[in-house]
Amino acid sequence: MEFDVEVDAKNQSCPMPVLLTAKAAKGMAEGQIMYLEATDAGARSDIPAWVTQTGNELVESSEDGGVLKFYIRKK
Amino acid sequence: MSDEQESMTIIAFSGDLDKLWPTMILSSTAAATGMNVTVFFTFWGLFPLVKEDVRITGKDAMTKMLAGMNAPGFQGAKLSKMNMGGAGRRMMRKVAKKGNLMPPEDLFDICLDMGVNMWPCQMTMDLLGIKPEQMRPNLGAPVGAATALQMMAKSQVSLFI
Repeated sequence: MEFDVEVDAKNQSCPMPVLLTAKAAKGMAEGQIMYLEATDAGARSDIPAWVTQTGNELVESSEDGGVLKFYIRKK
Repeated sequence: MSDEQESMTIIAFSGDLDKLWPTMILSSTAAATGMNVTVFFTFWGLFPLVKEDVRITGKDAMTKMLAGMNAPGFQGAKLSKMNMGGAGRRMMRKVAKKGNLMPPEDLFDICLDMGVNMWPCQMTMDLLGIKPEQMRPNLGAPVGAATALQMMAKSQVSLFI
């Protein structure tokens, strides 16, 4: 999937993946896609929770060798 | 997101390191989620806001003694259990660093950047003889219990930590 912004939150613990995601989202235009990678297991539920709470859209999420990958559309 | 901005208010009563951590984690995360966040620092919670280079606060022997038992700044914050003269605190900070958990003072700065309101308690400042110039910059104006309660009444999330 193509994306406009990439966020690397690997090797960072709660709350950093959410903080980095929010920070990056601030600079994005509506409709743009963010690609986020995190290794904090809590991000598995935290990122979808943040997406729901902020009214953005989780386009796709997957896991690959301990790395959680999310595609988020800015609304 | 709902049309009206949600709010969270935390009463930071404890100056313990292990309680400052969740306060800072929740505050930064709530701000990142678009919530309006206020932290009201009162009683022991006020000492972490004192600049670390301030040797001692207080207006008389008793308040100076209290300040002596509560080292200023986040660096002075002890563990609530097993502090062991500072060994516990150092161990906890090491564990956090190893686990990539950001120290509370860094999270505090992130919170400020994200617009979290940091309100010192005026009454505690007066009681303990802590002067505004002895405290960190960028705090909100000192307020009292009624102001904190007003904020809590409007908040969907109110915590006492």
